Amino acid sequence: MPSQIQLRSSSETKGFLRKYIFSTNHKTVGIQYFFLSLFAVVVGMALSWLMRIHVAWSGVRIFGLEHLSAAGAPGGVITPEYYLSLMTLHGTIMIFFVLTLAPQNAFGNYFLPLQIGAEETAFPIVNMLSFWTTLVALLVLLATLFVGDGPPISGWTAYPPMSAVGKDAGPGLGTGQNLWIISIGIFCIASVLSSINFIATFMDMRCKGMALMRLPLTCWAWFITAIMSLLSFAVLLAAVLLLLLDRTAGTSFFVPANLLVSGKIEPHSGGSPLLWQHLFWFFGHPEVYITILPGFGIVSHVLSCFSRKPILGYKLVLGCMLAIGFLSFIVWGHHMFVSGMSPFSGFLFSIPTIVISLPATITTLLWLGTLWGGRLQFSTSMMFGLGFVSTFVAGGLGGILLAHPAVDSYLHATYFVVGHLHMVMGVSAIFAIFAAIYFWYPKMFGKMLNERLGLIHFGLTFIGVYCIFMPMHLLGFAGNPRRYAILSDDFLIRLIPLHQFITVAALITGAVQFLFLFNLFWSLYRGEPAPANPWSATSLEWETSSPPPIGNFRRQPIVNHGAYEYGETNIERDFVMQSDPESVRMKA
Amino acid sequence: MSDSQTTTLQAHHHHDPSLLVQFDTAYQQKDASQFGMWVFLITEIMFFGGLFGAYLIYRNLYNPAFVAASTSIAIKWGAINTAVLICSSLTMAMGVHSAALGARKLLVFWLGATLVLGSVFLGIKGIEYYDKYTEHHIPGANFDFNYDRAEKGEKLVPADVATQTSIFFALYFAMTGMHALHMIIGAGILVFLIWRAYHGAYPPHHYTMVENFGLYWHFVDIIWIFLFPLLYLVSRSPVH
Repeated sequence: MPSQIQLRSSSETKGFLRKYIFSTNHKTVGIQYFFLSLFAVVVGMALSWLMRIHVAWSGVRIFGLEHLSAAGAPGGVITPEYYLSLMTLHGTIMIFFVLTLAPQNAFGNYFLPLQIGAEETAFPIVNMLSFWTTLVALLVLLATLFVGDGPPISGWTAYPPMSAVGKDAGPGLGTGQNLWIISIGIFCIASVLSSINFIATFMDMRCKGMALMRLPLTCWAWFITAIMSLLSFAVLLAAVLLLLLDRTAGTSFFVPANLLVSGKIEPHSGGSPLLWQHLFWFFGHPEVYITILPGFGIVSHVLSCFSRKPILGYKLVLGCMLAIGFLSFIVWGHHMFVSGMSPFSGFLFSIPTIVISLPATITTLLWLGTLWGGRLQFSTSMMFGLGFVSTFVAGGLGGILLAHPAVDSYLHATYFVVGHLHMVMGVSAIFAIFAAIYFWYPKMFGKMLNERLGLIHFGLTFIGVYCIFMPMHLLGFAGNPRRYAILSDDFLIRLIPLHQFITVAALITGAVQFLFLFNLFWSLYRGEPAPANPWSATSLEWETSSPPPIGNFRRQPIVNHGAYEYGETNIERDFVMQSDPESVRMKA
Repeated sequence: MSDSQTTTLQAHHHHDPSLLVQFDTAYQQKDASQFGMWVFLITEIMFFGGLFGAYLIYRNLYNPAFVAASTSIAIKWGAINTAVLICSSLTMAMGVHSAALGARKLLVFWLGATLVLGSVFLGIKGIEYYDKYTEHHIPGANFDFNYDRAEKGEKLVPADVATQTSIFFALYFAMTGMHALHMIIGAGILVFLIWRAYHGAYPPHHYTMVENFGLYWHFVDIIWIFLFPLLYLVSRSPVH
């Protein structure tokens, strides 16, 4: 029997185009997704800067902005309509192309096959197609900046009738809105393709010995997220198809009769704008958990590793993730409490919304229990994991308030909602992404990141996000509506100093991210070479070299252990790798 | 890693060209691709589910309009098409069966028969769409529900109900249109399959592609089985 076996794939030679551009290799696709999200997040952040500067110092001239849009920012001063255009683009980019892609498609593609001991995903060509389709979706979306009168002003939720009646309703609602719809439609198809690949890979490609209960929680999180994407994005596709028909084919799915738009009565009749909200939020609420569940997996993984303790309640964490995944499909109505729904429906949607905080709380307590009595190692990855727990709790508490229809009636469409969603969905998911980057960068690029820079990055970002998003909750209590470009009412003028504080905090926190970008690219060339297992972690990706070879493993691994066996063992180290022989054991 | 842990990896040493790199065994490959197909069909259910959801809501909102519009559709063509599609599902199933038996010519025959039946369905759908055009029943294009009802001896409906029927027809075209698009894509894949099958690409140990396409074809068939009663039949009961 040969002791060293060449995997078939490693002997293949491919041209440059097949190897780096149209690559079907899951690691290349993962890195492509990673850099796509990185590009998107920089664009999204720049847009938020423009909005923040404008809302804090309305009428201020932003140097050079008139070159982006002469009509939207004459003389560099953003018009109220253009403010809304930028807001739409910011929301769409961040939610679809950053929070959906980075945790799931970037890290999931790279590490799911590695962690389950597979050479490749089940459908590599589908995987490659899904990336390139996603890129087309992003380009179509960004094109809205440069055609017609800019991106649509209807927000990332694109509520009709505004989004359905065409260019008379406002800037960007002609070509811009069409491109937005096409972009989202393409994104849905890409997302569905990718989900199919994730689910089949998870079910069919696990290596010998990798029983379900031995899987790292990251794999479970990616699997559950893939199921949620699969079920929800297909419905969004149906919704945007109907919206496109309303705009181009003269149907009236979402437009009611006798609608007066810019002095003209719309030819539509009989449609229901509420139908869009149902279809959209049937996707939209699972989407919230699509962005956060991979974070649950990543944080569980990282906290256990750097506490040198098994994750507390593996099955309970898993059960909570499953429960959250299920419940997320029956709570969409809580986005519509003030949309004219029956109050009884509001009550019906309120209950599961409050119930969903139970599994979230249980998971949080289990994370804290995992830390308890552990030998904590405060690496940057660990700090971002802890930061995730903090921001998730801080943001999640606001959600309990919003879950009550009576409270929501007041807080709906105020900065409270903005602060809540950014804290719990934006910042928490971003912190999970950072935890993942600082954890897996050595494996992906073969170099160590600079830990000192990383810790500075964490500290400043952590303080920064609280300075930005916590005051927004107060603005909401004060009754400050969101989406206002200029604050001119009596009670709003008094809130401007707080807005200026938030803007300064946002600019500083944003600038800190360049420290991270510097670290990312500098370490690529100057970082210390990464050993195979720099964190003394247990899962399979740490068994192979950094970065892994084309076939992932020199020898096909066999799994004999669970994913979180940290602690005293019968050999000279404090962890048992999943692929260690059965003779290696934890001390009872 | 000790030697005792190394698998023999015999799977990596055989030379079956139909086995893709990422799979260890033919069984694993077949299992994964069939499972993937089922998962894909779930997304399709959710996609059509969104459209059926819209139908459900508007049917409740505008019941009289839905009754009037539904009864105006020619049940004859719908019924013939239902029969045609069910037959095509049978020929498809026979095709998969012949592939399993390794009967190359039979496989080509049954796939060809499926293609013919699928085309007949699309042709009849075209006739129906043309009828809708002449009756001014296409939303957004001179829509007028009462346009020729008097000439045909049918009862005119009140103006508000007539306007509401445009929602029914919008759903009719969106739903049957998406269904027809699936049929067209299916017909395209069938042409490819027939060409490949003729050249012997689907031997009995490797015909997952045919099987998966069969699943897709049956699925599209089943969508029609839901569309036909909802659009053509439901409102024809004597109670109305």
